[in-house]
Amino acid sequence: MPQPVAIVIEDEPQIRRFVRSALDAEGWIVFEAGTLREGLTAAGTRQPDLLVLDLGLPDGDGLTLIRDVRQWSSVPIVVLSARTEEAEKVAALDAGADDYLTKPFGTGELLARVRANLRRQRAMRNDADPAQQVFRFGNIEVDSTARVVRRAGVEVHLTPTEYRMLNVLVANAGRVMTQRQILNAVWGPAYVEQSHYLRIYMGHLRQKLEADPAQPVHLLTETAVGYRLVI
Amino acid sequence: MRDTTRPDPDALLAQIHRESAVARQGKLRIYFGATAGVGKTWAMLSAAHRELAAGREVLVGVVETHGRSETAALLEGLARIPLRQLAYRDRTLPEFDLDEALARKPEVLLVDELAHTNAPGSRHAKRWQDVQELLAAGIDVWSAINVQHLESLNGTVGAITGIRVHETVPDRVLDEADEVVLVDVTPDELTARLAAGKVYLPQQAERAARNFFRKGNLIALREIALRRTAEHVEDDMRGWRIEQSGAGALQAWNTSGAILACVGPHEDAAQTVRTAAQLAGQLNVRWYAAFVETPALQRLPAAARDRTLAVLKLAEELGADTSVLTGPAVAPELAGLAQRLNCATLVVGRPATRKGWRRWWPRAGLPELMAQHAPAINILEAGRVTTSRRLAHSLQGVDPSVSARAGSAEESTSDAPARWHGYAWAAAYSVAVTLLATPLIGVLELTNIVMIFLLGVVGVAYRFGRGPAALSALLNVAAFDYFFVPPRQSFAVSDVQYVVTFAVMLGVGLLVGQLTAGLRFAVQVSGSRERRAQSLFELSRELSGALESSQVVALGASAVQRHFGGQALVLDMDSKDKLVLPAADKVPSGFDSSVADWSFRQGQPAGLATTTLAAQSWHYIPLKAPMRVRGVLALEPARSRWLLIPEQAQQLETLARQIAIALERVHYVEVAQHAVVEMESERLRNALLAAISHDVRTPLTALIALSESLSALPAEAHAEAAAAIVAQARQLHALVNNLLDMARLETAGGAVNLQRDWQSVEEVVGSAIRAAGPSLAGWSVETALDVDLPLVEFDAVLMERVLVNLLENARKYGAAPILLGATATPQALVLTVRDDGPGLPAALVGQEQMLFEKFTRGQPESATPGVGLGLAICKAIVEAHGGTIAATNATGHGALFTVTLPRRAPPAIEA
Repeated sequence: MPQPVAIVIEDEPQIRRFVRSALDAEGWIVFEAGTLREGLTAAGTRQPDLLVLDLGLPDGDGLTLIRDVRQWSSVPIVVLSARTEEAEKVAALDAGADDYLTKPFGTGELLARVRANLRRQRAMRNDADPAQQVFRFGNIEVDSTARVVRRAGVEVHLTPTEYRMLNVLVANAGRVMTQRQILNAVWGPAYVEQSHYLRIYMGHLRQKLEADPAQPVHLLTETAVGYRLVI
Repeated sequence: MRDTTRPDPDALLAQIHRESAVARQGKLRIYFGATAGVGKTWAMLSAAHRELAAGREVLVGVVETHGRSETAALLEGLARIPLRQLAYRDRTLPEFDLDEALARKPEVLLVDELAHTNAPGSRHAKRWQDVQELLAAGIDVWSAINVQHLESLNGTVGAITGIRVHETVPDRVLDEADEVVLVDVTPDELTARLAAGKVYLPQQAERAARNFFRKGNLIALREIALRRTAEHVEDDMRGWRIEQSGAGALQAWNTSGAILACVGPHEDAAQTVRTAAQLAGQLNVRWYAAFVETPALQRLPAAARDRTLAVLKLAEELGADTSVLTGPAVAPELAGLAQRLNCATLVVGRPATRKGWRRWWPRAGLPELMAQHAPAINILEAGRVTTSRRLAHSLQGVDPSVSARAGSAEESTSDAPARWHGYAWAAAYSVAVTLLATPLIGVLELTNIVMIFLLGVVGVAYRFGRGPAALSALLNVAAFDYFFVPPRQSFAVSDVQYVVTFAVMLGVGLLVGQLTAGLRFAVQVSGSRERRAQSLFELSRELSGALESSQVVALGASAVQRHFGGQALVLDMDSKDKLVLPAADKVPSGFDSSVADWSFRQGQPAGLATTTLAAQSWHYIPLKAPMRVRGVLALEPARSRWLLIPEQAQQLETLARQIAIALERVHYVEVAQHAVVEMESERLRNALLAAISHDVRTPLTALIALSESLSALPAEAHAEAAAAIVAQARQLHALVNNLLDMARLETAGGAVNLQRDWQSVEEVVGSAIRAAGPSLAGWSVETALDVDLPLVEFDAVLMERVLVNLLENARKYGAAPILLGATATPQALVLTVRDDGPGLPAALVGQEQMLFEKFTRGQPESATPGVGLGLAICKAIVEAHGGTIAATNATGHGALFTVTLPRRAPPAIEA
């Protein structure tokens, strides 16, 4: 297997350096870009397997780059953003970014996200029919062929809506899904603003699948952004 | 006689005021002469050259040489301000350029012809007003004037010479001049000069002027000029003495001998006022002018009433306090006023010589009546002036056509129809009574029938007043005579007795009519008095509740509008002491911002009914508060003549003063609040600096030391050092987060921009525990959430922050286990965070709310890091949601924090 290629688009040289050294150690070939323009050029010519993108670049909005890249590539994009801008993160994710990291973040966090997204990407590429699989997290088994969910081997009854929602999260396991994305996938485009549906059904899912619904381990909330299924 | 030992505090204040005003005021020097041609301008220019030689900056504003070559020669070498060409109708009039003079601000400015009337459209009606503005700007002004131009001497001089000039200057201008230079020549020399053609005379006026320059006239005028100058010198002397003997000897107004001028509706009232002014000046006493409005005078034509108002205005210009009294008769009202004001002398006009039959009608004049009502008062009858003089120009404030229009409108709209009604009803009543009484001829005695007629007259008199009553009496007499008194169907009277009946009927009608008119007048008067008092009362009550200047502005404008009708605007000033003018698209028609601004800066009324820019349809009055002018009240009254009535003008002034004081009060409240806020933010700044310098330095020191030690440490110790670095960095990060959050919540100015959404409590609790995870350092959190908690509307990010802060607090100051609970009531969501530690410090029990103040910590010198912002942030967030946060000691031990958020029913969910 050839060495994977990553492009880090970030105007802060210190952060660029630290991200680079973290990825280097994981066996990545890393190209650096300090501006949006450089980033776009690199993304078009280097055939990257990963983009790490800072949203606040000096020569433009990172969102435009995401939309641009998404027109011709499904390469995983991890966004770096400042803490206070939830709306910005949601916009980036809705535009097609795969995940985000809030500054300040550590190397461990960065690599965990990168691995999760890469794994999902590979899984999608390798298995033409992911529905054939049995998906496991913790003591939960999701058998998509039989449309059955088991907790510690005991079948759990899920309503059709709850099952659809779990399926969406399973298909994007490890990755953050915005509220809009889930609502759109489960209820349809007319419901993308009805976020209270999500809260209710996520509550139901946690009651049925988590040991302590108030301190979930797998069905995590990314406050004001969305949800993430952690294996 | 004068009590010089005890100074009047008012006089003291006035003196101080005058002195402080003088400090920045320019000095006025007046060259004063008996007639034209004595050489005032020449003397002024000569002095100007001397001054110039002495090194002062002298500028000629305007000088009239009247074609005299000697004078013109003197103009050489003096800098001049070019005259402004003012377009008026189809000509241009050269006028003194006031603005240029103010802009150039010379040390000494020469402005000749003080009595000059400016061309229409100038800022001020009169040049002496220009001069006052120049003086106020700190420019020394030299000017010139003749005796005949003095307001109070104008009549006297006119009587001597037979020639009247219409350009006059109020006496106070001369009285208040810092220097008066008498320019004097003997009559013979002046005549010789005239003969030699040195005195320029316009061709058309030459003959009249030659009359004027008769030797007898010249002697008389010279005497007046000398005496007037002597009076000024005497004043100077007195002033000097007072100054020398110190403030203790300040001379008080001699109020005991005050003078009261009675202004009547006749043409000579102006002369009465001038006489009183002159007398008051000579005696140095306060003086007053009063007009008594009686029912009889109410029926005067509008023109006569306007003349009266103009005379009162003249009196005001001459220094009097004026008032309009209302009452059934003149004498008792005047006597009462004289007593109240402590007046010793009453000046009345000489009653007109009666003409025709009236000469034979014995009637007591005002002096006799006054003698009855106030036996102690001296009465001075002012002589009449033979050449009567029109006073129209004294009414500068009001365009005569405007006031006439207003007057006639009043007559035609209110009085005339009522009167017609009255007469019609009187006639109808007579017919009705006649018809009613006819069938009773056989039944009732004639004496009783007369009573029915009399009743009719009384009724009409009571209802419609004197005129209709007279008509009714006449008609009834006629009808009674014709139809009832034998021989019937004829006006002949067989019995002379009936003449008495007729006379009584007429008399009763007139009497009742008169009484009714008086009664109605009294009602009207007390009504208008009540209205005035009422509007003042209402305004002061409303203003007492006003807390912001915008409220004062709105209340003030509406109060003035209620009282005067028309339109009113209150203009406040901004923090830079500039007048806040209405936005360009909201300027009412006729309103002139520049006039308002002028009035604000000069502290003087302007516009309608004043002498400054009188052509305006708006009246501008500065809002003078004790400390300074606070703004301008602009008014376009429904009837412009109202502003000429002293009572209404005083009312407006009182309203303006109330508004001004309210504005000042509000201003100082704001200043005080600002000071408190300043102090508070000063305290916060200090606390912040102290906190940061301690709490930022500690982790920074550790970071630097640890990083530097890395290279020296053996490799196996690296992991430990790195962990310590991360811990310190996280602490620093938490601190910065808190500071940023607080700043963000603060800059929102209390109106935090909440991203409210329907949230699951369970979810927020879960994410908060996860977010607080690193700082909880392995402590577990127990949750006790109600089953089936409803969705609650709040900002998830901020509420998560509240819970994280509370959890971290529990970790820092409490002991495990930490218990996080949530219950819902129909109206509220209650979240509790409880620890098992020592609880709140004893010092804080009873004043737990202190904990939520910024930069306040339970134990100020605690080794636990933190700046005391966490709980303040919680409080700000919870309060932005309309909730409350409280800290108590839990039963058992440990501290208990309770957050209560209001809630409402969540939206329904489609199955």
